[in-house]
Amino acid sequence: MMLSVQNAHVSFTAAQTKKWPWSRPGVVSAVNGISFDLEAGKTLGIVGESGCGKSTLIRAVAGLTPLASGTVTLNNEPVAYENRASVQRLRATMQMIFQDPIASLNPRMTIREIVVEPLTFFRTDMSMEERRTAAMAMLERVGIPATQANRFPHEFSGGQCQRIGIARALVAEPKVLLCDEPVSALDVSIQAQVVNLLKDLQREMGLAIVFVAHDLGVVRHISDEVLVMYMGAQMERASAADLVREPKHPYAQALLSAVPVPDPRTRITPQMLEGDLPSPMDLPPGCLFASRCPKAMPKCHTSRPPAIWHGQHQAACFLLEDRAVAASDVH
Amino acid sequence: MLSVENLHIRFRTGDGMVHAVNDVSFEVGAGRQIAVVGESGSGKSQIALAIMGLLAKNAEVEGRIMWNGQDLLAASNREMNRIRAREIGIVFQDPMSSLNPYMTIERQLTEIVEYHEGLSRRDARARALQVMDAVRISDAKARLRAYPHEFSGGMRQRIVIAMALMCQPKLILADEPTTALDVTVQAQIMQLLADVQRDLGTSVVLITHDLGVVAGFCEEVVVLYGGRIMEEAETIALFDQPTHPYTRGLLSAVPNIKDPSDALTAIPGSPPNQHRFPQACPFAPRCVDAVDICRDTLPALRQGRACLRPVEELT
Repeated sequence: MMLSVQNAHVSFTAAQTKKWPWSRPGVVSAVNGISFDLEAGKTLGIVGESGCGKSTLIRAVAGLTPLASGTVTLNNEPVAYENRASVQRLRATMQMIFQDPIASLNPRMTIREIVVEPLTFFRTDMSMEERRTAAMAMLERVGIPATQANRFPHEFSGGQCQRIGIARALVAEPKVLLCDEPVSALDVSIQAQVVNLLKDLQREMGLAIVFVAHDLGVVRHISDEVLVMYMGAQMERASAADLVREPKHPYAQALLSAVPVPDPRTRITPQMLEGDLPSPMDLPPGCLFASRCPKAMPKCHTSRPPAIWHGQHQAACFLLEDRAVAASDVH
Repeated sequence: MLSVENLHIRFRTGDGMVHAVNDVSFEVGAGRQIAVVGESGSGKSQIALAIMGLLAKNAEVEGRIMWNGQDLLAASNREMNRIRAREIGIVFQDPMSSLNPYMTIERQLTEIVEYHEGLSRRDARARALQVMDAVRISDAKARLRAYPHEFSGGMRQRIVIAMALMCQPKLILADEPTTALDVTVQAQIMQLLADVQRDLGTSVVLITHDLGVVAGFCEEVVVLYGGRIMEEAETIALFDQPTHPYTRGLLSAVPNIKDPSDALTAIPGSPPNQHRFPQACPFAPRCVDAVDICRDTLPALRQGRACLRPVEELT
């Protein structure tokens, strides 16, 4: 397995919530026990609404935010996030691209310097000349003419900056690419260019991609599997096609029902969710979605359903378990 | 009811002139829902600001914006003030920056009707309560005393819509009203706008980049590129048989969650430079169907399309 995340938790202390100087600060649980496996050449999409912890999860996997608990294995070796040096070693294999393409490039470096930099770190075996040649080839590959390599990031459009970000991430030939909302800042016509570029590069390099986005249409197009998060927990995981065709978890159903369809003959009937989200500083013992779930049962409020495979879908919902039990009773 | 005629908007900037909107004309009938669709820089928001008389100081405007027989571009400030609240309402993309963080929701809602309709504080408060109920904010009585930061993004957008509705305008301009919101909240806000249109017969001009939202909500679509109208049609006709290469490209670049095919066809190239008034079709440099004539002739909008190539000859 190229990348495997087991039972990842991430939490933040919220110092400003302290009532008294000597009282303990509150703890915000941002990611609550996420597990997934990803093979080389495959894409896992992670979707959910803002604040569901999807970006925090991949930042923790990248070592940008500490994991509270859980394990990450990369190419079957456990990842140690102990210190700067170990995290930097990790980045030779695992790279990331970010939402704001312009802000993620250093404005005082030329794009050639930007793309050469990872090679300076990770390919000490290469000569300066070889690094430069490799960087130019990578820039050309993502569609930036080598003649523009001496320009600065502000001279490029958002779509071009995202291409440069991709070139920087992939120039040292990592195995895993983490993408945090890579196309949400781009226009539709440019977004498709970048999505197609990522798919082509994945095929050529055998990359494993984790693609975090709130746009379910884009995720559907790029992902093999999709994981639906809510309040930092997995609600459902299934192949992109299965999830879109027949979501099993009530939250996944509500989320997908609200996605607008660019076809005036298709009428969508969005499910409206009532109720409030639980506080991330005081998580309920039951299912995190129970307070807004239209199908919640009494036990949903008292114990948390585990994520279990139901056919092709892995979903955390008691309703499905009862149905599975009911079905097995009949047989 | 509203008719935009040969509208040009230019901005004087440090880098020279920027031609944001070039010769745009369209009409909005009573009770209609029109979408103005375009990517960033297409000029779609500037059209809304021009209608409201809110363009930046360095803007130069040409053309006419006729509102029930009156040219809004020639109207006095005093006249515009009256029209702005009582006849045309506007909803912006970011609800937090449309609300005053120092004022309670009640004051922001009542201020409008006290000023424009001379209502007493008490009547204004009653109106605010009713409108809050209508936009489905529960426990409106208590929530009126709250400040904007106490609400979620979706609730704030409901409040902004309530503000726009306070004087029962005949037209609402919604400038990317759901872009900052999650998809489930977006569905609720679009449902609310549809209810307003149905219950009150209010016309809506929806300015957006999201063709999914357009398909579910609008009857008619105006497609902008580089500040010019590329195509204009009834929604169903536009999605079924787009006649302009840009519309076709845009539609095939939008991921459709219901569509099992994996192909997303990108439009090659980058958006146009708008420092010069277009002398040719602004889309020609990115167009798969462009021929020589497209690169030196400016196509006029005829029968809802601005393209020099006949529909039959397009790929």
